[in-house]
Amino acid sequence: MLLIYCPYCEVERPETEFHNGGEAHIARPADPSKTSDEEWAEFLYMRSNVKGIAVERWRHIHGCGRFFNVVRDTVSDKILKVYKVDDPMPDLEALAKEAGR
Amino acid sequence: MSQPFRTEKGGRIDRGQQLTFTFDGEEMQGHKGDTLASALLANGVHLVGRSFKYHRPRGIVTAGSEEPNALVGVYRKGDQTPNLRATQVEVYQGLEAISQNRFPSLGFDVGAVNDLLSPLFPAGFYYKTFMWPKAFWDRVYEPVIRAAAGLGKPPKNPDHDTYGNIYAHCDVLVAGSGPAGLAAAVAAAETGAKVILCDEQAEFGGSLLSDENATIDGKPPAEWVRDTIVKLQGMDNVTLLSRTTAFGYFAHNYIALAERVTEHVSDPDPKLPRERLWQVRAKEVVIASGAIERPMVFPENDRPGILLADAGRTYLNRYGVKVGNKVLIATACDTAWQAAFDLADHGVDVVAIADLRETPPENLVAIAQARGIRVEAGCVVTGTLGRKRVKAALLGRLMTSGQVASAGQVACDAILMSGGWTPTVSLYSQSRGKVVWDETVGAYVPGKSVQHERSAGAAKGLYGLQATLEDGYAAGEAAAKAAIGKEAKVTYAAASGGEAGQGAVLGALPHDRNASRVKAFVDYQNDVTAKDIKLAAREGMQSIEHIKRYTTTGMATDQGRLSNMNALSIASGALEKPIVDVGLTTFRLPYTPTTFGLFAGVARGDHFDPVRKTPSHDWVVANGGVYEDVGQWKRTWYFPKSGEDMHAAVARECATVRESVGLFDASTLGKIEVVGPDAAEFLERMYTNPWKKLAPGRCRYGLMLNDAGFIVDDGVIGRLADDRFHVTTTTGGAPSVFATMEDYLQTEWPDLDVWITSTTEQYAVAAVQGPKAREVIAPFIEGIDLSADPFPHMSVKEGTFCGVPCRLFRISFTGELGFEINVPRRHGKMTWETLAGEIEKHNGTAYGTETMHVLRAEKGYIIVGQDTDGTVTPQDAGMSWAIGKKKHDFVGKRGLERPDLVAENRKQFVGLLTKDPKVKLEEGAQITVAQNPATGTPAEGHVTSSYYSPAMGRTIALAIVKNGHALHGKSLYVPMPDGSIEVEVTSPIFFDKEGARLNV
Repeated sequence: MLLIYCPYCEVERPETEFHNGGEAHIARPADPSKTSDEEWAEFLYMRSNVKGIAVERWRHIHGCGRFFNVVRDTVSDKILKVYKVDDPMPDLEALAKEAGR
Repeated sequence: MSQPFRTEKGGRIDRGQQLTFTFDGEEMQGHKGDTLASALLANGVHLVGRSFKYHRPRGIVTAGSEEPNALVGVYRKGDQTPNLRATQVEVYQGLEAISQNRFPSLGFDVGAVNDLLSPLFPAGFYYKTFMWPKAFWDRVYEPVIRAAAGLGKPPKNPDHDTYGNIYAHCDVLVAGSGPAGLAAAVAAAETGAKVILCDEQAEFGGSLLSDENATIDGKPPAEWVRDTIVKLQGMDNVTLLSRTTAFGYFAHNYIALAERVTEHVSDPDPKLPRERLWQVRAKEVVIASGAIERPMVFPENDRPGILLADAGRTYLNRYGVKVGNKVLIATACDTAWQAAFDLADHGVDVVAIADLRETPPENLVAIAQARGIRVEAGCVVTGTLGRKRVKAALLGRLMTSGQVASAGQVACDAILMSGGWTPTVSLYSQSRGKVVWDETVGAYVPGKSVQHERSAGAAKGLYGLQATLEDGYAAGEAAAKAAIGKEAKVTYAAASGGEAGQGAVLGALPHDRNASRVKAFVDYQNDVTAKDIKLAAREGMQSIEHIKRYTTTGMATDQGRLSNMNALSIASGALEKPIVDVGLTTFRLPYTPTTFGLFAGVARGDHFDPVRKTPSHDWVVANGGVYEDVGQWKRTWYFPKSGEDMHAAVARECATVRESVGLFDASTLGKIEVVGPDAAEFLERMYTNPWKKLAPGRCRYGLMLNDAGFIVDDGVIGRLADDRFHVTTTTGGAPSVFATMEDYLQTEWPDLDVWITSTTEQYAVAAVQGPKAREVIAPFIEGIDLSADPFPHMSVKEGTFCGVPCRLFRISFTGELGFEINVPRRHGKMTWETLAGEIEKHNGTAYGTETMHVLRAEKGYIIVGQDTDGTVTPQDAGMSWAIGKKKHDFVGKRGLERPDLVAENRKQFVGLLTKDPKVKLEEGAQITVAQNPATGTPAEGHVTSSYYSPAMGRTIALAIVKNGHALHGKSLYVPMPDGSIEVEVTSPIFFDKEGARLNV
């Protein structure tokens, strides 16, 4: 069971307090009517599903209720970084290097 | 004589406390401190079970949790727990144990015929033999195999024990309390770190408890253990857990421990649980799980009386039990020699030491000779004799040619064997670390740490008492430093004796016997022989994972802890690949078998899941209502009057609602308060319908899609003010709708000034439906003019009900004049009971979910999740009217334009009328064009709802059918086992198509 740090509550809590929200940084197109069928399908269904460094959304459902983003190594389950929902995506390569991957 | 194999003195048992127990009904004596295995051996009992496949007589092999053979059933509280390892069952007064997998008795077992027929049961035998006829598998083969196989029988009654659960946090968790574990615990505890030390055995000390020759700080090892434990007990920062197995190592240093609390006492405190699950979050872990000895793979190595050498030594030194009177030592490793010496010192006749090695260490040979023990070097056991107990061993001389020459026979009543040692890397492996092959150790050892853990001592292939202690101290110091950043001066204890042994052997041993006729067992518990593994390789299994599954080697409850290395070695030879290239199967949790009760804890029966009750609950119980479970909710299904069955009750309830009035508890509906300047804009984006122009005081049906364009929820939404909406959702959809709203609000449109709050639990809702609904509620409502002009269908107003604030909706899910009265939850009971009394006066009725379903089906209202399945669009459902055509965007709008969603041949929502009005369709039944379609014909759709409709005087059904909207008036078929049913496709609205009854 993961231990996850909530950047809003500023506490580390067990996974059961949280809900995984899938891959992060998949923004809904600002004007969906302008997207092609392929672009829309890409947005709806295509996810990277990486073996390694993944960026995912978590919601502190039994806490503050906020969504935030987590960089997690899906092989070791190590959490490399946690950041607020409106923060930019960190440099994943640097994080991976730091974690020794 | 009682306990003929008990030594005169010594051992850690309490000779002053004699305990009586039974095994297969036979009464025997043991002592406090005995395991069932040691007590049986003290009574001269080696034969304790029959093997899994061949029903061969089997005896105790080990003295630990890795025991493969001695699985027994233990009776407690009138039922038995099967498959307990006799080596872990502690003897108490009155213990009742039974052997398993034998019929009619352990001594005479008819299943043993399998052993004679064994040429018919090679590896992969199930796959090969039971291929055809296919239909025979379910009816013939599997039941017969299941009856014949399996070890213990499952208990018959529900588990009457209770199980506890504890969450714990610590700085350093030490798993295992042998020399390395104890040293680690001491070193870590000295720094002030919070330490948990656990050990699966009843007593701390591990291997130290069976070593009588070495000393630590000048004391016998067991005394040093005692002093160390006393010291740890005195420290507030240390928790000691014996009888506690660390069985699972999960992500982020989360470790599960199983503590056996009461199993070992005859008369446990009823307040205590049988077992406790410890869920530990440790900053650092020291794995000190030690090593286990490997069996030797020689023909007939499974006879009762053949044990691991260290087990023999443990039984002697720790339990005061001799495994036999004439013992042969078969070894390739120095450590077994110590067992021989200890036995000889206790007066046991050690008939010979047969060492595989050409030149065993001279010092050992000298000690053996001093004790008059015959030493056979370069000597291998090539077979054994004796059926229920070994009575002789065949010896062979290893020739330089690689051949084996017979070296005669030696009489014995026990054989102690040692093929060397295998580090126990299970926990390390569970922590997702990758083991690495260490050529000097001749075993897989832990590689790089993936989590915050380190292995210490024999668990990482480090042997010898002094080295193990030092490694333990160092590991404890390092762990504490990593956890809390502190160091302490720890005085390392100094040991003498207990030197590391040399020598090991892997795989099947050579012999001079007919290879096709002998069985040399690799995995005792699953009856896998060396031959089976070679056969698997011959038949094309290349990967060890395939060999494992084909032969079942390593798939027993010890997960191959005893067998893996020998199996790997044999596979390596057969595949002509080095051992490292054969690979190693994964050690999965649990480390040892763990009860379901431990995992379930208190989450059983009434505590399995919360029960959510509505305000009418007590009234419903008192008035004979029948409940159905809807998720966690208890909802009233129907209200039978005396003599009524469900059909009659529902028919009466339906008719009453349409004729006069009915009362329904709608409290379970999800409710969300959407508030803020952008509330209308937010709903505009979340729902298909337009909301901005909805006037305060009015309601609208809302349809929610996902961005793919499919219907996910629906409900009525009332506007209370410009910036305040009362949203309702389906009962089951409440949490997901709320989560979806939060998701879009927080991550897509954080600029919207909107707050959403779940109010499902805050409001009780009573629905009053029927032509007399207005008269029923009128006496209690204040502040709202109920007449149709100011308060038409689809309105909402705030007022009071019996003086308590209410939100009154004029809405209908029945097609009748209807009101839904929302009151604060605490007034729900009063509201329900008041209304229940009032409807009586109007010949009304309370009604349940079944009537609600029928009435809405008569009107063609969908139920999301019943009439839709996640692939239905608003157009498919005939609800294009719910889409705000002028809206530029809403969740699902773009999805609806995808090619497949506007394509021809989509399944569409329709009504079905059976040709025979009395025939009721099965929900879920498939619909076809042909009356008797050929097998394999794809269905055109399926029946989603089906009822008897009192209003129509016949059955009705709803369905989704390919191109259904264009098929109104056409005939289709619903093929059923007893004949095809002809149906006519119709509009889904059966009753009051114009909606005249709503607007009164």
